Amino acid sequence: MKQPTTGTDEFVKGLWKENPVFIQVLGMCPVLAVSNTARNALAMGLATLFVLVLSNAVVSLLRDFIPKQVRIATYILVIASFVTVVDYVIQAISLDLHKALGAFISLIVVNCLILGRAEAFASKNTVGRSILDGLGMGLGFVFALFCLGAVREILGSGSLFGVHLFHEGFQDWVVMILPSGGFFTLAGWLLLFNWLRQRRGAEVPG
Amino acid sequence: MTDDSLWTIFLNASLVNNFVLAYFLGICPFLGVSAKLATASRMGAAVTFVMLVSSSCAYGIHQLLTAIDAPYLRLISFIAVIASTVQLVEMFIKKVSPTLFRALGIFLPLITTNCAILGLALFQTNKGYNFVQCIVYALGAGVGFTLALVLMAGLREKLELAQVPDVVRGTALALVLAGLLSMAFMGFGGLGG
Repeated sequence: MKQPTTGTDEFVKGLWKENPVFIQVLGMCPVLAVSNTARNALAMGLATLFVLVLSNAVVSLLRDFIPKQVRIATYILVIASFVTVVDYVIQAISLDLHKALGAFISLIVVNCLILGRAEAFASKNTVGRSILDGLGMGLGFVFALFCLGAVREILGSGSLFGVHLFHEGFQDWVVMILPSGGFFTLAGWLLLFNWLRQRRGAEVPG
Repeated sequence: MTDDSLWTIFLNASLVNNFVLAYFLGICPFLGVSAKLATASRMGAAVTFVMLVSSSCAYGIHQLLTAIDAPYLRLISFIAVIASTVQLVEMFIKKVSPTLFRALGIFLPLITTNCAILGLALFQTNKGYNFVQCIVYALGAGVGFTLALVLMAGLREKLELAQVPDVVRGTALALVLAGLLSMAFMGFGGLGG
């Protein structure tokens, strides 16, 4: 893959071409766990976006001061501090949401996506680029989470953001809200993306 | 919740609320290391060990932080403890079995970012378990994780021989399998309290 050159490229690549969830398959745990309604998924996505952008910025600022041997530990501590902030902010804004997301807010710390970006991008690039990269990757993550959450909520409870969509006779697919539904939905999206990529790959040489 | 019997805690953690298949914790190693049966079971053992150690440390830390009234430090100290435990296990395995060390590869240091371990530490604190209950909970979670990993590895070894379209190969197929496994584990729903 060739190195993107402009700042816009850094931003755009996370949205589609290197989408963290659908292409790189990173940060699966929160993706599957809190995507049972569109609202939870969106909130989780935004929280992750916030942490990702700030931790990318800080890691990039500190990249010349952190000794190589302890870099992973340092990154994790930086991330953990921001996650603690997010945890308290969500608790202050909406207690309901905090209850629904539960321990998964704290578990943003161990989201491989964030550590992955810190290690692979922010530790080697300037602050501006790292922030753009974080924004792009974060938005790609939000997009993916929303795709999953929306599908699961529409099929599983016949609603979107709590608004009912179907006639009363609609039979909910309860399995979609249950854990196994998460696996199936994600598998479905991955299939779609694989198929799209394969088709494009077939068109280019032909 | 604190007066749960030890047996209930164990069953709950290992089967009913299996960490991988019901809570979605530790999906990355679950998908990454579950291609071979032998690696999967050893990975499970390593994770169980880290869980036991970090769970007992987390219990101590929680007591300490409650005593000095600094709950906002909880997350940071938990993750620091886990990272050092993993480092210890890594050195230990490297010394005892270099073959296993190579087989686990990058996934060994990645136990640090295994959500199952941090999740365990957070859940046991939220549930207010005492020390013995914490240990049993960690053991149950570890057994559950190993069980899911080994089952998955067994299925995937068979799947290698199956003829499937190119599009489904890899992660997508593994996820469908995981979904089916998770449905099977829902059958344990009535067991726990």
